[in-house]
Amino acid sequence: MDFLRPGSWEEALAAKAEHPTAVPIAGGTDVMVEINFDHRRPEYLLDLNRIGDLYEWGDDAGDVRLGAAVPYTRIIEELGGPLPGLALASRTVGSPQIRNRGSVGGNLGAASPAGDAHPALLAAGADVEAASVRGTRLIPVEEFYTGVKRNALAPDELIRAVRIRKADGPQQFSKVGTRNAMVIAVCAFGLALHPETRTVRTGIGSAAPTPVRARAAEDFLAAALADEGLWESGAPVPPALARQFGELAAGACNPIDDVRGSARYRRHAVAVMARRTLGWAWDAYRGRERTARCA
Amino acid sequence: MRVNFTVNGRPQQADDVWEGESLLYVLRERLGLPGSKNACEQGECGSCTVRLDGVPVCACLVAAGQAEGREVVTVEGLAAYARHRAGRPPREDPAELSPVQQAFIDAGAVQCGFCTPGLLVAADDLLEHNPDPSDADIREALSGNLCRCTGYEKILDAVRLAAARAGEAG
Ligand SMILES: Cc1cc2nc3c(=O)[nH]c(=O)nc-3n(C[C@H](O)[C@H](O)[C@H](O)COP(=O)(O)OP(=O)(O)OC[C@H]3O[C@@H](n4cnc5c(N)ncnc54)[C@H](O)[C@@H]3O)c2cc1C
Ligand code: FES
Ligand code: FES
Repeated sequence: MDFLRPGSWEEALAAKAEHPTAVPIAGGTDVMVEINFDHRRPEYLLDLNRIGDLYEWGDDAGDVRLGAAVPYTRIIEELGGPLPGLALASRTVGSPQIRNRGSVGGNLGAASPAGDAHPALLAAGADVEAASVRGTRLIPVEEFYTGVKRNALAPDELIRAVRIRKADGPQQFSKVGTRNAMVIAVCAFGLALHPETRTVRTGIGSAAPTPVRARAAEDFLAAALADEGLWESGAPVPPALARQFGELAAGACNPIDDVRGSARYRRHAVAVMARRTLGWAWDAYRGRERTARCA
Repeated sequence: MRVNFTVNGRPQQADDVWEGESLLYVLRERLGLPGSKNACEQGECGSCTVRLDGVPVCACLVAAGQAEGREVVTVEGLAAYARHRAGRPPREDPAELSPVQQAFIDAGAVQCGFCTPGLLVAADDLLEHNPDPSDADIREALSGNLCRCTGYEKILDAVRLAAARAGEAG
């Protein structure tokens, strides 16, 4: 095994081009488990820790451009305002030690259907900035996941950053697991209200081979909110409507039975989480509207 | 490969390190610092917790090469680290413990002791950033550290005791 230690982004891209089988390592919270347990013996490890750019985030028009290796702890501390859904999801990842090292770039690289960043990214709207010596391309996050633990990166590409739409309304994240710390999601749900475009977006984790959006549920809810004038009135979402939203979200799942939960349980849990996150987010939206109207 | 880094304030060099080796392995097997424990090698138990450039991490999940040029503090260096942080001169008595270590003993928070090094490093980091933590803060800060013996109550007591003593002293 060789340990490649590029000191700059350009060097990292050159190293990946030269050694396409090199395994990038950022926080190592996925990679090192695989190596410790002999599940993986890469020819080359490509250390990203020395590339300062990957640990920075910045404003980019309506987006936050989040460096691939920014650890969850900093997302929670620094980005709760523009990225509330991702910050909520980050809080549920592993433990403090894991959140101090683990990153969204690593979550995307691993592309586990249970990765907690995915539902939040899908709901907020995001593009993965993939780069190689050939150039840079933006991959819409919904097209990034191509299968169980597979993603759309080419062998010579690295993730430079994720461009995530800044929140224009309340966002929520919910996760089912056996306890509050150190839990791989049985399933998870992210929801973002987008009052500016009068749309709703969702993300489901751990209930299909890849993280997915519940598009039928999104379309149904956006249409219903518009039909009933709820964005303007700020009135409560009728329970029947919320329930149907939940059922449609469950319909977007294609889960399996495994040790963490049965497919049937996952579908049910997604319906419940969809309904609840909608309730929480809509309450926040109504609170804001009321404050805005009174002011 | 060779890895150079600072451990508990001292420059260290480890040779013949395999590229896939963890920082934990290097500390324990190459540098003779067995304080950090190896229980799971998958980030679940926290018994290998060390500070890497000040940040608590699982040493079993850091590739040794990633520690190149960095500063590591292990449980062996905790007492000196705490003294330095408090702006006090280096210890004369090498057996002197850090306040958190002393509190763990006084509160009876140590049984088999396997989890203790990681808990000490995590608890010390908590109190460094939050001298007066709530019970919820303590639980959250220690949520990545498993203990199979104590049932955690005495561990919570120990952290409260360390915080209270620091409050009285400060
Ligand atoms: C105890 C424990 C608990 C955990 N709990 C959770 C949890 O609750 N929720 C959750 O979602 N995950 C959890 N994880 C998994 C892991 O922490 C996350 O997936 C994390 O986001 C990985 O980030 P990392 O920087 O450590 O990735 P690494 O391990 O460094 O890399 C992960 C993968 O991504 C690739 N990669 C990394 N960076 C890049 C890049 N810039 N470009 C291209 N590829 C890249 C690597 O080659 C590798 O395939 C847990 C892990 C452990 C050990
Ligand atoms: S040995 Fe590192 S977390 Fe268990
Ligand atoms: S004292 Fe034995 S594991 Fe904690």
